[in-house]
Amino acid sequence: MGSVIVLAEAGEQGVSKPTLELLTLARRLGEPVAVVVGEPAGGVVETLGRYGATAVLTAAEPALQEGLPAPRAEALAQLAGDRQASVVLLTSTPDAKDVAGRLAVRLTAALVTDATDVRSGEGGVVTRQSVFAGSWTVEAASTADVAVVTVKPNSVEAEEAPVEPAVETVQVTLSETSTAVRVLESSPKAATGRPELTEAAIVVSGGRGTGGDFAAVEAFADALGAAVGASRAAVDSGWYPHAYQIGQTGKTVSPQLYVAAGISGAIQHRAGMQTSRAVVAVNKDPEAPIFEMADLGVVGDLHTVLPAVTEQLRDARG
Amino acid sequence: MRIVTLVKYVPDATGERGFSEDGTVDREGTDGRLSELDEYAVEQSLRLAEASDDEVEVVALTMGPDDAADAIKKALQIGASSGVHVCDDDIAGSDALGTSLVLAAAIRKLEPDLVITGMASTDGVMGVLPAMLSERLGWPGLTLAHTVELDGRTLTVVRDGDTASQRVQAELPAVLSVTDQSGEPRYPGLKNVMAAKKKKVEEWDLDDLGLEADAVGAAAALTTVRETAPRPPRQAGRVVTDSDGSGAAALTEFLTAGKYV
Repeated sequence: MGSVIVLAEAGEQGVSKPTLELLTLARRLGEPVAVVVGEPAGGVVETLGRYGATAVLTAAEPALQEGLPAPRAEALAQLAGDRQASVVLLTSTPDAKDVAGRLAVRLTAALVTDATDVRSGEGGVVTRQSVFAGSWTVEAASTADVAVVTVKPNSVEAEEAPVEPAVETVQVTLSETSTAVRVLESSPKAATGRPELTEAAIVVSGGRGTGGDFAAVEAFADALGAAVGASRAAVDSGWYPHAYQIGQTGKTVSPQLYVAAGISGAIQHRAGMQTSRAVVAVNKDPEAPIFEMADLGVVGDLHTVLPAVTEQLRDARG
Repeated sequence: MRIVTLVKYVPDATGERGFSEDGTVDREGTDGRLSELDEYAVEQSLRLAEASDDEVEVVALTMGPDDAADAIKKALQIGASSGVHVCDDDIAGSDALGTSLVLAAAIRKLEPDLVITGMASTDGVMGVLPAMLSERLGWPGLTLAHTVELDGRTLTVVRDGDTASQRVQAELPAVLSVTDQSGEPRYPGLKNVMAAKKKKVEEWDLDDLGLEADAVGAAAALTTVRETAPRPPRQAGRVVTDSDGSGAAALTEFLTAGKYV
């Protein structure tokens, strides 16, 4: 079996959940090799091994740690070549897709983004994607020697398969071309204390119906341990930061449960959430299209309904 | 200075979208339009042109079948100076590698100082093309920018990365992709709509770009679509009209029964 390279997201807070999902998928395809940028924090190598990484490669060039895609693509291309990798897996994020596109050019590899499933086929890997705002699924087969695939978070349940990984520090050579973009200033996005939007098992989103007051949405989300999202209408009104926008021009989520509060459910919004396992809608307008796709619809004011449920959940917990 | 802005003709996202029998996007049965996200790229090109002391030419570039010319037409109406339409039967069925090969060849021929794209198309939504073009051209790629500044030949943008917002800089020539936060696109005024009719649109084929037919299109694609299937539409479930706390009770019960708490 060939090597399957997984670009790991790992930092002080450990290994990201989507990375563990990638390792789980990688085991179906070959020998998982995790690539970590920077010196791995305590416990990172152990966690990667617990989920089946047979090798952990660490690369610590400063340009890689700045986070821009071009140097990462060049480094991965070298490592994929060294290891004769048949597949490179990355988590579907905007930056990782940038890396993946560059890598596909460098390796002349088959490129699939936003896959929801990856498995071995006769000629190469076979992937599934959901396209057109989740209204179609496409199954595609790679005919190239190498495939670069970005996988959506929550596509698979991460499963442990402990091994003792071989840890190796690797040197990569970065060209002037891939380091031509200079970072002048970097401001990390503020931590909210809530789960990452695209990784969360439950997402609670607020829209126009919040009237700009997200307190009920946030309190309800916190009672469920959920992430908070927002519709484009809410973001455009300046009520919630753009980083939390769900929909065609924002983030795409597929959690176990999606709660749309005060969101009518325009196609642009559905594009970002309709592959969610279950959907609950709370909206004052009984004609809101979101009710056509909700497993449970509550026609009512979110400012009344959500706080009442939040309280009931807290009471139940004691 | 010359700016090339990439535009794409896509099926309207508010209509029914689907696939043809050969696994390519069905462009026959649906209305098309200029991809909404490309309007931000056209807008940004015009803003840079207006802010510049030099004369700046904005060329709208697209590839695709005959219909794709409509994307150029719209870009010209918004204010682009001229258009180039790469059109060749052998391009059909290209994957992202093939598409980026063709567009990179067209860009080289146009010799621009800057290439501006939207953050993704609204049909394929891969969002990989700007990065692939940067890689193919060997030019710095400044992607996902929401603030753009050009000072001489130094391009500085604020990009919205996964974990950080970064101010980054590079020298032209470069590839820039802009988000829908970069500034609202203008509407084409009647005067521009009339003026657009006189603007020049060139048609190029693979020969013009010095590309072989077998390097692109379905034949060269490294992924084969095996199956496309409409996802069964989500069904409406139970709807409860809230009265005296019945809505909250139903929601709490749903959460408990589904083991979400």
